[in-house]
Amino acid sequence: MSQSYSLAMKRQPLGLKLLIWGFISLWLVIAAFPFLWTLWGSFKMEPDFFSKADWFNAILAPRTIEEHGTAFIGDGYHGAWVQEEFWKAVINTTLVCFFVVCTSLTIGTLGGYALSRSSYRYTFWLLITALIFRAMPPITLVAGYLLPFFEWNLWGHLTTTVIVLVAINQPFTLWMLHSFFQKIPKDLDESAKVDGCTQFQAFRHVIIPVMWPGVITTGLFSFLLAYNDFAVTSMLLSKENQTMVPKIASFLGTTQTEGNVMFAVSAVVSATAPLFILVLFFQRQIVSGLTQGAVKG
Amino acid sequence: MKHSSFFWFILPTATAMLLFIALPIISVLIQSVHTPHDAVLIETENCGPFGCTTATTIDQEATRALRDEKPLGKFVGLDIYFDRGHLAIDEVAETWANADSLGQFFSDLNNLPFYRAMAFTLTFTFSVTPLMLVFGLMIALGVNALHQRIKGVLIFFSLLPMIVSPLIGSLVLFWMIDSRGIFGSALQWLFDDPDLSLKASTGLTWIMLIVYGVWHAAPFSFIVFYAGLQTLPQDTLESAQIDGASRWQQVRYVIVPHLMPLITFVALIQLMDNFRVFEPIVGFNSEAHAASLSWFIFNDLGGETRLLSSAATSSVLTIIGVSILLTPVLIRTWRDFNAKS
Amino acid sequence: MFLKKLTLAGAAILMSGSAMAACNIDGRVSIVGNEFPAIHAVADGAKACSGGEVKANLTADHQKINVAGMTGNPAEYTSAIIANSSIVALMNEDVIRPLDDLVAKHGQSLKPNQLIKINGEVMAVAFMANAQHLVYRSDVLEKAGIQPPKTYEDMLAGAEIIRSKGLMQYPLGGAYKAGWNLAQEFTNMYIGHGGEFFKPGSAEVSINNAQGVATLEMLKALSGYMNPDFLTHDSNATSAEWKAGNVAMMNMWGSRMGPLKDPEQSTAEVVATTTLAAPMTVGGGSTPATTLWWDGWTVAKNVSDADAEATFLAMMNGINPNRLDDEMAPLAVWLIDGYEPTPAAVGVFAAANMNATPYPMLPYQGLLHTALGAEIVDFMQGKESAEKALADVEAAYTAAAREKGFLN
Repeated sequence: MSQSYSLAMKRQPLGLKLLIWGFISLWLVIAAFPFLWTLWGSFKMEPDFFSKADWFNAILAPRTIEEHGTAFIGDGYHGAWVQEEFWKAVINTTLVCFFVVCTSLTIGTLGGYALSRSSYRYTFWLLITALIFRAMPPITLVAGYLLPFFEWNLWGHLTTTVIVLVAINQPFTLWMLHSFFQKIPKDLDESAKVDGCTQFQAFRHVIIPVMWPGVITTGLFSFLLAYNDFAVTSMLLSKENQTMVPKIASFLGTTQTEGNVMFAVSAVVSATAPLFILVLFFQRQIVSGLTQGAVKG
Repeated sequence: MKHSSFFWFILPTATAMLLFIALPIISVLIQSVHTPHDAVLIETENCGPFGCTTATTIDQEATRALRDEKPLGKFVGLDIYFDRGHLAIDEVAETWANADSLGQFFSDLNNLPFYRAMAFTLTFTFSVTPLMLVFGLMIALGVNALHQRIKGVLIFFSLLPMIVSPLIGSLVLFWMIDSRGIFGSALQWLFDDPDLSLKASTGLTWIMLIVYGVWHAAPFSFIVFYAGLQTLPQDTLESAQIDGASRWQQVRYVIVPHLMPLITFVALIQLMDNFRVFEPIVGFNSEAHAASLSWFIFNDLGGETRLLSSAATSSVLTIIGVSILLTPVLIRTWRDFNAKS
Repeated sequence: MFLKKLTLAGAAILMSGSAMAACNIDGRVSIVGNEFPAIHAVADGAKACSGGEVKANLTADHQKINVAGMTGNPAEYTSAIIANSSIVALMNEDVIRPLDDLVAKHGQSLKPNQLIKINGEVMAVAFMANAQHLVYRSDVLEKAGIQPPKTYEDMLAGAEIIRSKGLMQYPLGGAYKAGWNLAQEFTNMYIGHGGEFFKPGSAEVSINNAQGVATLEMLKALSGYMNPDFLTHDSNATSAEWKAGNVAMMNMWGSRMGPLKDPEQSTAEVVATTTLAAPMTVGGGSTPATTLWWDGWTVAKNVSDADAEATFLAMMNGINPNRLDDEMAPLAVWLIDGYEPTPAAVGVFAAANMNATPYPMLPYQGLLHTALGAEIVDFMQGKESAEKALADVEAAYTAAAREKGFLN
């Protein structure tokens, strides 16, 4: 289907083609430039990349050349990965993301499926309540968790953070999955139930095999939320359990120490690299996933 | 679906939300109508590296007795909601009485933190949301019209503004827009004004925050709309073409109606997120020019003396604000829901 | 007097030799605090103890978690590292314990001025001092033909000369970022003008007066010679401006002086001519327009006596005079026995010798600080009058103080 649509669009007059190319190129520059700039700068010294005298220093790197004899240095990466043990944060992030995505999808799938298959009024109100829940600012939630978590000795653990991230992101997950399930024809599981399956058996044998595209897309959003989260992870994790984003923030701190800023820049670049691979790998699923269900307001 | 099976299916997710969102909301509601007890202050002599001074401090014994008696604090009803830091009822009434003209009234109103924050938040919300929807749609249409092979790379680079962590925004972007940074210098050259600084004036700061907001959020609408385009029924589009519809008409009468549910969804999420705008304000150090309810909460909780009741009240006001903002969309969803069942 | 005590102490260390006392503890130690290098050094010293587990969570968000982390019983954190402004929050919530017995038992090496006494009880042990003071570029001042300023009025006049001679467009610097930083500058300047923040013996604010107006006018006049983005410049950004050679004079934290004098971080010209000086006075007053700060550690109330003792011992090891080596000494102006002032400490010592005022340790000072940081911004941007801005500060403070129960 997407093929034929693209074909239809291929019959474009030259002017339109140029316009599209021009617009997309412009967008790519706007979208990617700050990142590419950071990537380039991560191999410089701080006084060059953050030069207050002339931004051109970030390109020519006079001080870096003066001090190191070359315009490209890996000091930032060495400092972040070896000296500050950024790899520990990478492992923690991997753990948090993996468990957040799994838990979030498991309970979200069950809930989203139920919401899409029940036509009682309360499903509507449940969805609205979930939306109102999402309106609560995360910083307030986190500030509220601190006291009980410290009291019950739950603070600082990865498990606690995973559960909190799952819970906070449930409204979004639920809305998205609910929309996906609505696009899966109800006849499928209804006929299974006629054949004598329970609701859960119908879900397990009929729905699970066809739900993956939608689930994978929702999973990607859950993943990004967990990966990028700062509000929760910075407040609820102890030093040794820190994930990447709070770790990067700790390189900066309130008192920026020389060199540490470049650790942060290098770490940000390092943290984005896996996402590149992930998006390339999943881009077909993202698209086909949304294709299957599409989110429906 | 039967009530009982519905119950078991929804139980895990409902439990998670009840424990971690509903309970905190209830405690925040309670907190917002209570304040700490009146502090019993005593005069003491404090000494340190720089000598001794007479100062006041809290009498812990006396205060503890009050606290043990009523652990929630002092019930104050809606006092905090109406105080100067929030709805400022008295101050607004006074302003109204003293203002010579409507313009005067609004300019005086702008002196109160809540209304000033609202002015920015609403401007931000209602510029970023439509802009990011339009922008996202344009990118989606554009990328969709390009060759299949390069789409993977295109999608990755288009997603970058969303996935590059906000930290980099506060560090690299803040420097780039400095008057000596690459964007700042470019703008000075473009407008031929060597004194132009994005960070120094309120208007330019707002524009900067809005541009950042659109840049940051456009990938979200792009990816959702792009996926939506893949499900566009081909026959509808073809029949429109046969009827001689121009490309613009195809977009206007075929593509946009098809994407409408997605547009509603994105608008819903974005209205909510933009109303709670927070990270760019802190990231760009623009506290002097822009504030939001979320920033108030951050400020109340981050000070040397934390204002818990005030933060709770701001949180409740955020929820109320979001509810008001979403009402039109929700009414629409309600109609759809009823039409369906 | 302050200086004399420290130099005397310096002599003491030479005699005490370098016998590193082994630190053995029997209990749990968990530290929460800010994350600048000097605090890391202290925490590392505490971690060197054997016999018990020593953990440290040093983060910029420490103020958001220390009260919660010390409230439970047993408390997660057995020690919080705080400053004279932030000890108040711990005192208000009653989560730290008096240290008199532990000081008597294990604190013989502490100097009397390290003990922070509140209401007669030792509540914290201070280990470093800090203050804002003047820094100037001697070469620029020489070119402009001006003397290093003793007062803010001199500074203004000097800035005008530097500008009119075309040496620099924005010769002044300062951490004037809206919020905490700007409020701190107001506090300095208001103290320099001899102002009192509160009506004596009460939590009622009184800054809308002649000193308050003069303070604001001075801040505004100074900002006219600063980079127009001054309301977004915190100490990091201001230091960066300095290192780039864009600024000739500024009032800056003593703790930031090390990096400014570091040849690796700036051009040789800037490093060589960066000169530290005493804080300035203002408005003909004799009290310097600055505040003295200390950083210190506390011990949690809700922990067992064994853990409290272990914590005390570990923290004592963190500030053990024997640890003051070439690496640790330049990190701060230490109050520790045996500290010999480094060149970067000149300004802070000058501030102490001028009898600068310590930052007020009042339960409600933080509320006023927050209100100042938010409400004087309009004045700095020229959007309202000084009196109006001060009235707004008072109104904002009053609302907050009412909520906290300091005012009725």
